[in-house]
Amino acid sequence: MDLNFSPEEEAFRAEVRAFLADKLPARLSEKVRSGKHLTRDDMAQWHAILNQRGWLANHWPEQYGGPGWNAVQKFIFENECALAHAPRIVPFGVNMLGPVLIKYGSEAQKQRWLPRILDGSDWWCQGYSEPGAGSDLASVKTTAVRGRDALGEHYIVNGQKTWTTLGQHANMIFCLVRTNREAKKQEGISFLLVDMSSPGVELRPIITLDGEHEVNEVFFTDVRVPAENLVGEENKGWTCAKYLLTYERTNIAGVGYSVAALERLKKAAAKLKKNGRPLADDPYFAARLARVEIELENMKTTNLRVIAAVAGGGVPGAESSMLKIRGTEIRQEISSLMRRAMGPYAQPFVAEALEEGFDGPPVGPAEAASAAVQYFNNRKLSIFGGSNEIQRNIISKMMLGL
Amino acid sequence: MNFQHTDDRRMLADSLNRFVAEQYGFETRDRIAKSPRGCSPELWRQFADLGVIGALFGEDDGGFAGGGFDIAVVFEALGRGLVVEPFLPTVLAGSAIAHAGNPAHKALLAEIIGGTRIAAFAHAEPEAQHALTQVNTRVQRVGAQWQLDGAKAVVQHAELADVFVVSARSSGAVDDEAGVSLFIVPAGTPGLTLRGYPTIDGGRAAELTLAGVTLGADALLGAEGAGAATIEHSVGKGVLALCAEAVGAMDVAKDATLEYLRTRKQFGVPIGSFQALQHRMADLLVEIEQARSAVINAAAALDADRVTRERALSAAKFTIGRTGTRVAEECIQLHGGIGMTWELPLPHYAKRLVMIDHQLGDEDHHLARFIALGRAN
Repeated sequence: MDLNFSPEEEAFRAEVRAFLADKLPARLSEKVRSGKHLTRDDMAQWHAILNQRGWLANHWPEQYGGPGWNAVQKFIFENECALAHAPRIVPFGVNMLGPVLIKYGSEAQKQRWLPRILDGSDWWCQGYSEPGAGSDLASVKTTAVRGRDALGEHYIVNGQKTWTTLGQHANMIFCLVRTNREAKKQEGISFLLVDMSSPGVELRPIITLDGEHEVNEVFFTDVRVPAENLVGEENKGWTCAKYLLTYERTNIAGVGYSVAALERLKKAAAKLKKNGRPLADDPYFAARLARVEIELENMKTTNLRVIAAVAGGGVPGAESSMLKIRGTEIRQEISSLMRRAMGPYAQPFVAEALEEGFDGPPVGPAEAASAAVQYFNNRKLSIFGGSNEIQRNIISKMMLGL
Repeated sequence: MNFQHTDDRRMLADSLNRFVAEQYGFETRDRIAKSPRGCSPELWRQFADLGVIGALFGEDDGGFAGGGFDIAVVFEALGRGLVVEPFLPTVLAGSAIAHAGNPAHKALLAEIIGGTRIAAFAHAEPEAQHALTQVNTRVQRVGAQWQLDGAKAVVQHAELADVFVVSARSSGAVDDEAGVSLFIVPAGTPGLTLRGYPTIDGGRAAELTLAGVTLGADALLGAEGAGAATIEHSVGKGVLALCAEAVGAMDVAKDATLEYLRTRKQFGVPIGSFQALQHRMADLLVEIEQARSAVINAAAALDADRVTRERALSAAKFTIGRTGTRVAEECIQLHGGIGMTWELPLPHYAKRLVMIDHQLGDEDHHLARFIALGRAN
């Protein structure tokens, strides 16, 4: 038993740290650290910086422009990025579609789409969930009917997708569509790439409880999609869908985010006053803080154990469900404690204080501007990416055999 | 033993519930909550005409009820509708005036009860968090006048207020019980400035700065240096009000979630048919009934001796803090993504429930206070 990274892994970590210290713009890390809004340009800027170093598509093999990292290296990279308050890599093109195209796409599709993901020409979003297909993803109803016209083979798509994250920035969407209504649920689904500028595509914002516009609905009315945009075989899209979801889960515990958020929380608790004394000295708050810190230390090791088990290659199986459940619970608890730490100052909702240009005085402690917003926003963590209830079903079935 | 409300209270509850259901639908509420005033003056007048404000005060003070269960009945109904109008500031400031005011102050209270003047309670301070005696705002005599200097934090509906009840210290250390006095400060008094903002659960609040605010001798509410007892009295009523409001909000959140579990289908069946979710709803039901009992205990103890009363109030606020947050989080989770959307009423109930724990003392504060009061006994 050795809990330490190998010398090679430590050297890799030092390399990542040096890169972040050198290349991560302070303007971006400050925005991430203080919970301010990132613009499309902010996210694109970080992608370009990573791409220049060859580290953007860290799940891709070298031949397609990936760095060829193993699971431990990916973990170290993601962890260090979170600790440095780097913007998150927008996952839809790089971490989701990319691996699917590499595994199931035709040579022409790979050559056409992969470089455009890397250089930022395309911004992809995910067309999976529908109003009636959330946890029960295989019940998607959006249809694609194959036909032929003067321009060639095509599909006509009708239906609706929802919870489309950052769809307002996207020019392309990958969709699960039903191509065979007679087949059993999973068997009539296909994986289709749709240009968002096609006639009949309409995007409507969904405003969430924290007043944010992060997710959208996307409506399809007789949208013509060239048949060459089908990935894999017709009616075999579920295979792509499942494969993609395994990539959605690689950094699912979000340990780096928790470590960074806990550090910020501890600093705030040492500085803030409760009844005239540092909040950190309040035994009730200190106990809450200690509980989540212990959980996080345990989670770090649980996460590394899962990674070590797949270090030889591949992606984690049902074990990632453990990481999803407890990892998101920890992130939620830390943001809940930040909210508690603000006391009455959790209430003010000064939306403009989350914008980059805001230079007015904060209302209450500096952390107050984003504390409640982030707490409410983080409720999504236990809902998306397969709700924590679905993850428990997976553990029951796959790990317990029940 | 009888857990039925009196006929008068039942009638009050029925008429208020009906009014809120008819006049205060979710779209109306959302519009008011987001508006620049964070309140509807028209609806405030109608609430006053219905006698809802009068129900919060005793006959000697110009109201017609004012008991613990009257406050509870009113606020439970307000919680069901997520009403954002300034009822809590009215209870806090009005109870202080009722507790310590002279006849001239009581005339002001009559106008507050009539709905023609709005009062806000400016007591909590930026570094106090929830402690009641932590007062750093200073008051000094200047001739026959008072001069106040300091800052007040997150004063609910301050921008609407015609008048403020403000605490300030003339002697003692920053957290001494003795040395705190209360003053009536009219809005617009020179030296009083407001920085208003919306709150995340709807409505508005403000930071107050007092810089050389000069008041006449008659602005003092009660005896100089003896304001702590009045603050505890007012905040106690406010705590009861918030707890009852939370029970109303929890009932609605639970009902909405139950309805969702019955109608939302995944895997071909209503998700309420899954035992894992049934058990979670069953737990919520138990929690909410326990919280309802805590509010009954607190309302019943409102006229008891100090320790009994304050322990019951802290027990209730602790219970509500813990349970309200749990109900909020569980109801969002059981709804899934749709529970995160602004257009659905449910998340607004969740936000209010969580924010109630940030008003007048959170779960941890009241747990510590409950223990301390028990030791003192």
